[in-house]
Amino acid sequence: MARKSLQEKLAILSDAARYDASCASSGTTRRNSRDGKGLGSTEGSGICHAYAPDGRCISLLKILMTNFCIYDCAYCVNRVSSNVERARFSVEEVVTLTLEFYRRNYIEGLFLSSGIIRSPDDTMADMVRIVRTLREEHGFKGYIHLKTIPDADPKLIEEAGLLADRVSINVELPLDASVKAYAPEKNPDRIRGAMGRTRALRDASADRSHTGKRPKRFAPAGQSTQMIVGADGANDAAILGQSTRLYSDYKLKRVYYSAFSPIPDATAALPLVKPPLIREHRLYQADWLMRFYGFDATEITAQSADGNLDLAVDPKLAWALAHRERFPVDVNRAEKEVLLRVPGFGTKTVTRILATRRHRTLRWDDLARIGANLKSARPFVTLGDWRPGRLLDTADLRARFAPPAEQLSLF
Amino acid sequence: MRQVQLPRIGTDKAWRGAARGLLAARIPPEEVIWDHGGAAPGLFEGEAAPTGPATVKVPKAFVDLANRVVWHRDPERFARLYAFLWRLRTQRGLMEDRGDPALADLRRMEKAVNRCRHKMTAFVRFREIGPRDAPRRSFAAWFEPTHHTVELTAPFFARRFGDMDWLIATPDVSARFENGAITLHEDLPRPDLPQDAHEDLWRTYFSNIFNPARVKVGAMMSEMPKKYWKNLPEAQAIPGLLAEAEARVRRMAEAAPTLPPLRAERIRERLAAPGVVRADPTGQERAVDLFDKADIDSGGAIPDFAALRARAAEEDRTTPEGYGRFVLGEGPEDADLMVVGEQPGDVEDREGRPFVGPAGQVFDRAAVAAGLDRREAYVTNAVKRFKFTLRGKRRIHQSPGAPEIEQARWWIAREVELVRPKLLLAMGGTAAETLTGTRAGILKRRGHVEETEYGLVFLTVHPSYILRLPDAELQREEEARYVADLAAAKEALGRMAA
Repeated sequence: MARKSLQEKLAILSDAARYDASCASSGTTRRNSRDGKGLGSTEGSGICHAYAPDGRCISLLKILMTNFCIYDCAYCVNRVSSNVERARFSVEEVVTLTLEFYRRNYIEGLFLSSGIIRSPDDTMADMVRIVRTLREEHGFKGYIHLKTIPDADPKLIEEAGLLADRVSINVELPLDASVKAYAPEKNPDRIRGAMGRTRALRDASADRSHTGKRPKRFAPAGQSTQMIVGADGANDAAILGQSTRLYSDYKLKRVYYSAFSPIPDATAALPLVKPPLIREHRLYQADWLMRFYGFDATEITAQSADGNLDLAVDPKLAWALAHRERFPVDVNRAEKEVLLRVPGFGTKTVTRILATRRHRTLRWDDLARIGANLKSARPFVTLGDWRPGRLLDTADLRARFAPPAEQLSLF
Repeated sequence: MRQVQLPRIGTDKAWRGAARGLLAARIPPEEVIWDHGGAAPGLFEGEAAPTGPATVKVPKAFVDLANRVVWHRDPERFARLYAFLWRLRTQRGLMEDRGDPALADLRRMEKAVNRCRHKMTAFVRFREIGPRDAPRRSFAAWFEPTHHTVELTAPFFARRFGDMDWLIATPDVSARFENGAITLHEDLPRPDLPQDAHEDLWRTYFSNIFNPARVKVGAMMSEMPKKYWKNLPEAQAIPGLLAEAEARVRRMAEAAPTLPPLRAERIRERLAAPGVVRADPTGQERAVDLFDKADIDSGGAIPDFAALRARAAEEDRTTPEGYGRFVLGEGPEDADLMVVGEQPGDVEDREGRPFVGPAGQVFDRAAVAAGLDRREAYVTNAVKRFKFTLRGKRRIHQSPGAPEIEQARWWIAREVELVRPKLLLAMGGTAAETLTGTRAGILKRRGHVEETEYGLVFLTVHPSYILRLPDAELQREEEARYVADLAAAKEALGRMAA
């Protein structure tokens, strides 16, 4: 077999990495190279350097070290039984690509994942070597996200966490039984065990020692995970329930939902249909409601009999439509928790309302300037010069929000 | 009237100084004319604006706001800031009032500047202009910001690219970083940037990280507006990627499942061998109702039609996107003839029965003409779900691809096992492919019986083929040929019974 050029390898190994949703590069420690030593900086919020036509941001160089894999996960393009073209980067190639892309301001850093070659330990050791070379030999201060291998030696994971900003392990599918069915070599309990160990290491690295010194931070941007949506029969209630457990048990920073999308050389075991993108979007909205708006997973999914989110309207609106007895809310008096539940009000809107009403009474036009989505909020609020009247009781209230039937494109 | 000239470099400091002096001298906003981009900083025309060390106390939030808004492109920005500052003297709580129209305008401008700054940190693309082995490598970029954000953003690049020299040239003010020091220059000519081999690699990455199955152009355009595209090397790839996306997805769907490579089996054996780490089998399981594919694939126990129907009902509980319901065959369970079509159509899907739509009617008509009694045959389809795409409200038929055929094979095999027909009548390419392994040359093979693992198969065309012919005369001819085929099938069946 002829040796592949760097460009060919990059094509194969970024192609193989595109099914990982995460591209976040935010929330790590602040570092810079203003003193001229080394390269790179991180300043709290991440930067999306480009957007692909699939609407996803490109913040990190997201590649696989290799797409050779000994596992046979049905949903994965890199499974052992697939005939996709295989390639493998050397340590130097990944390091050079990362640094040269970074110098040209293409990326915020590296997201390195890998198929499993030989054994989990061998694979993890190679990945750690790449990260160590970047950090120690080249003084690279950019963002690094490492996908860790569940069954690798905890010592290697510990080393990885001290060098990288974020570590993650994919739970892959929302239900344990589906993981067993579709990813026979993976074990949900071992995945959770590895996440538990990462959490313990993170907690430990936050404690000061008896001298008052802090140890080196372990994965300062936290750990995240990803679930594939729509490959198995799990409904949204099951998915959000799983997320709740993950957020509380392992203090995850993020759970990513990835609509199952057709892969090249797919197995016959999975449906090759259009990925359920709206469902994915609604799940993210629900996830936000749980993390920033004080909603409970069961509240969000209680509106429908089958435990799935309403695809036509967003989950907060769906909740408000089902709980009309709680509305309208008086914007000038209601508590923060109540305001957060008003459709069309985001966390920023609520903060601004609270700040402004300390000085004066709010009126309808103020809401527009404050940034509320008035179309959604209209039936659910009262304030100075606005009362919804019987709007809230109209039978077709939902229909006013649901999108009109749309003609699909011919091409 | 007082005229205040503000310089293009150091606008923020100059504005603060001027505003402080004007405020100390109690000069109301209507009496000030602000001008930007004049010759030298601090040049005043008409009545000179008062300067002086007057200290004016303003909330810190206003200083932060002003430090952003001065970089906005709107020529009114200085006047608006000063007018707001004038009100702020007497209304202390004004900064917190998010409903105030003047403040709302300033906040909007602040947001625009912040966004422009952010997009600059994202979309500046450097090319290497010096030798690669120099102690400090040097890079340069050409960038066209919407607002005057170069001075504001240069420190970010200094913090990030501390170990290299760089130049960010723009049509307005340019920033240069050399040996750790930032300098700003007005009206630098556009630098001649050499080709950079890494741009090809970057485009390769951009094209391959894109998932053609989830095109969302709107999301891309809102975050990466077209005005930036001309200076982004990767943007050249976008039109091509979009044009090809649909075809790539279609190819993925149509590609037949391939056999696993040889190494797969080897690796599986090795993994199963003792001594290799395996996933812990004693882990606790949460009980869930999961459709067990492996059980079915192994041939599971389907002793009778009731079990098969139960299985079908189970399968029908979920409907994948782009597919209709699950339609099993119907007819006498000991029929001598089993008629196999392609897949349910729109009508069949709504009624949940095979062969009741337009093609079904052609079949019925032809069967009567050929002397076949449909009620004595078991009628089914090779693929059990209607596959379609939505065109407005219409569901447009899509031919089943290899994945659908392979997935449905188990079902047709069970049906053949249970009915044990003497003859299978395969109508159309899909049925031919399912039962004989290939659809090639169906027009030559029609009217003949072939021996297959499912039994004897009589081949003919699908009645929808007749419906699709463009010309009524052709349709009549073809229908006659179809009737002849059915009659031949009946005859073959009769020979077998005898």
